[in-house]
Amino acid sequence: MSELTSSKIPVTVLTGYLGAGKTTLLNRILSENHGKKYAVIVNEFGEIGIDNDLIIGADEEVFEMNNGCVCCTVRGDLVRILDGLMKRKGKFDAIIVETTGLADPAPVAQTFFVDEDVQKNARLDAVVTVADAKWLSDRLKDAPEAKNQIAFADVIVLNKTDLVSKPELAEVEARIRGINPYAKLHRTERCKVALSDVLERGAFDLDRILEIEPDFLEAEDDHDHDHHQHDHDHHHHHDHGHGHGHGLKHYHDEDMQSLSLRSDKPLDPSKFMPWLQNLVASEGQKILRSKGILAFSDDEDRYVFQGVHMMLEGDHQRKWKDGEKRESRVVFIGRELPEAMIREGFESCIVT
Amino acid sequence: MKEFEPGESASIVSVTDKVRELGLGAPVSAVHFLGENAAFVGSEENILVVSGEGEPAAISVHGGGILCATCDGKRIVTGGDDGKVASLDAKGEVTVLATDAKRRWIDNVALHPDGAFAWSAGKTAFVRSGKDLEKSLDVPSTVGGLAFAPKGLRLAVAHYNGVTLWFPNMAATAEFLPWAGSHLAVTFSPDNKFLVTAMHEAALHGWRLADNRHMRMTGYPGRVRSISWSAGGKALATSGADAVIMWPFASKDGPMGKEPAMLAPLKARVTSVACHPDQAILASGYEDGTVLMVRLSDGAEILVHRNGGAAIAGLAWNARGSLLAFAAEDGEAGLLPL
Repeated sequence: MSELTSSKIPVTVLTGYLGAGKTTLLNRILSENHGKKYAVIVNEFGEIGIDNDLIIGADEEVFEMNNGCVCCTVRGDLVRILDGLMKRKGKFDAIIVETTGLADPAPVAQTFFVDEDVQKNARLDAVVTVADAKWLSDRLKDAPEAKNQIAFADVIVLNKTDLVSKPELAEVEARIRGINPYAKLHRTERCKVALSDVLERGAFDLDRILEIEPDFLEAEDDHDHDHHQHDHDHHHHHDHGHGHGHGLKHYHDEDMQSLSLRSDKPLDPSKFMPWLQNLVASEGQKILRSKGILAFSDDEDRYVFQGVHMMLEGDHQRKWKDGEKRESRVVFIGRELPEAMIREGFESCIVT
Repeated sequence: MKEFEPGESASIVSVTDKVRELGLGAPVSAVHFLGENAAFVGSEENILVVSGEGEPAAISVHGGGILCATCDGKRIVTGGDDGKVASLDAKGEVTVLATDAKRRWIDNVALHPDGAFAWSAGKTAFVRSGKDLEKSLDVPSTVGGLAFAPKGLRLAVAHYNGVTLWFPNMAATAEFLPWAGSHLAVTFSPDNKFLVTAMHEAALHGWRLADNRHMRMTGYPGRVRSISWSAGGKALATSGADAVIMWPFASKDGPMGKEPAMLAPLKARVTSVACHPDQAILASGYEDGTVLMVRLSDGAEILVHRNGGAAIAGLAWNARGSLLAFAAEDGEAGLLPL
């Protein structure tokens, strides 16, 4: 699988509410000296300060697939542009898709699950959401798009941290975590994040589903991003090193949440797979993202799956290692998830 | 539907030794004939023209990817990601026909028998006819395909949720034929009675133009990317399945209530079809590199190119039907004189 995946062009989806700093990040990616060439699909021309003949303007065109699945929407413009870009295969290493501030990331991601030509040539690498530390909390209250973008993200670049106080930062992080505790979160000023933290993440690569743990503990790693190089207010950087990790606020977002299920007893595949398929078929509109590592009874392999709304893909990943804890973990991020029903259904798949 | 027994592949008649093989050295996206010269449209920049026994000669037409191409035998018109509509004639002369003001991608091109041509960028279709008279039409969403009707100056513009039929030289509002979904390629039957689109989903959709009755042509395992009218327009040959799917259009009801014929089944997806200009023969290309010639009456097959290579990207007959050209996506190509 890896060989096949590597021949496909990785596509990074860049989302974020208006003014959060998407274009800043994009300009950084394009101007940094990394020796790679990116094709960029942008929704608004003119903001990119880099001369690149592989910048393509797109009008976001979402359409429903005629397959009876109401939430199976794809981005028609992406299908067309990716098809056209493939004519110039070899002229670029990766593709970045910038969405508008109001865009729903789901149709973008679903395009990679549904369209046969897109699937053949490209792979979705990660959904990266740029969020404005100062205004995100407000947007989460009044803009459902902003909430969708946070819930959907694999990587969150929490930008403009220099414009907020320490308690404000803790507040906004807690709000993010209340929605999506699994995304990698990076605190930045002017989007100064190591590009390796946003590109080539393999977030949709089944082979790279290694563990599903909340990102809280690892958030400490974010300090070594390169913003101290030009930083004027060193002290600020210092003191956010303390404090966090302790005293983390916990928010439960009213309509968007994550649900984590765990079992150290094996699951019955003949029960689990139909259950999961039924669940996404009936509740898929509410489930934005799903991911799982599964230990099935009488199976020496780890089974992994991931999904977007009603679409799922899964595969045997590798043998369980000696001494590795054979534990099943499943995570759902979604809107008004029927928690009791999901927990009950999961429990019923455990071999007793 | 006619029963069809696939021939024994071991004993299939082969003309592979009569094929003149060509290594084009560049990915190919379409194949056409300019008069007697085979023209292989590259994925980027060039069209490679083979005249007589000569070697392929690259002629530069675009400064980037070539997104679409069409041909009337006299010239090839292409659209590029450089925002240009270009034309290559049989003498090898390249003309830039139009340049998009915003340098948008030219997604579709179409040619009219009388020399008019059309192109699209984004949601706008353009037509130029006669003395450089240019007209444009905006449709509700991105144009997926363009086709001129065989009679009169009438342009079909395919887009999401239907096709708009436009008479560029008439003041009347364009007619809209609705059908939910994303419509890509579009074609008129040669008798001007039917309009057919290839959709983003694995299906064709058709309208009988007399009464706009719908014709659903479904059942494909994959998207239909290549369609070709048989000689006289009696049937429409299509790719998208592990056999050539032929929809009957000889009667006034077209394929309504009828099953398609399936020809030349292989264990590989058909990627390209081209019907002979006047005989009941077609050529079919497959994702595994196979090229066959198939007799429509009984499905008899002749092997033109063995499997094992890249997917066949295009097939074309010259106007007299005495030469068949084919090319795979990776630039492996061939010419078969009949």
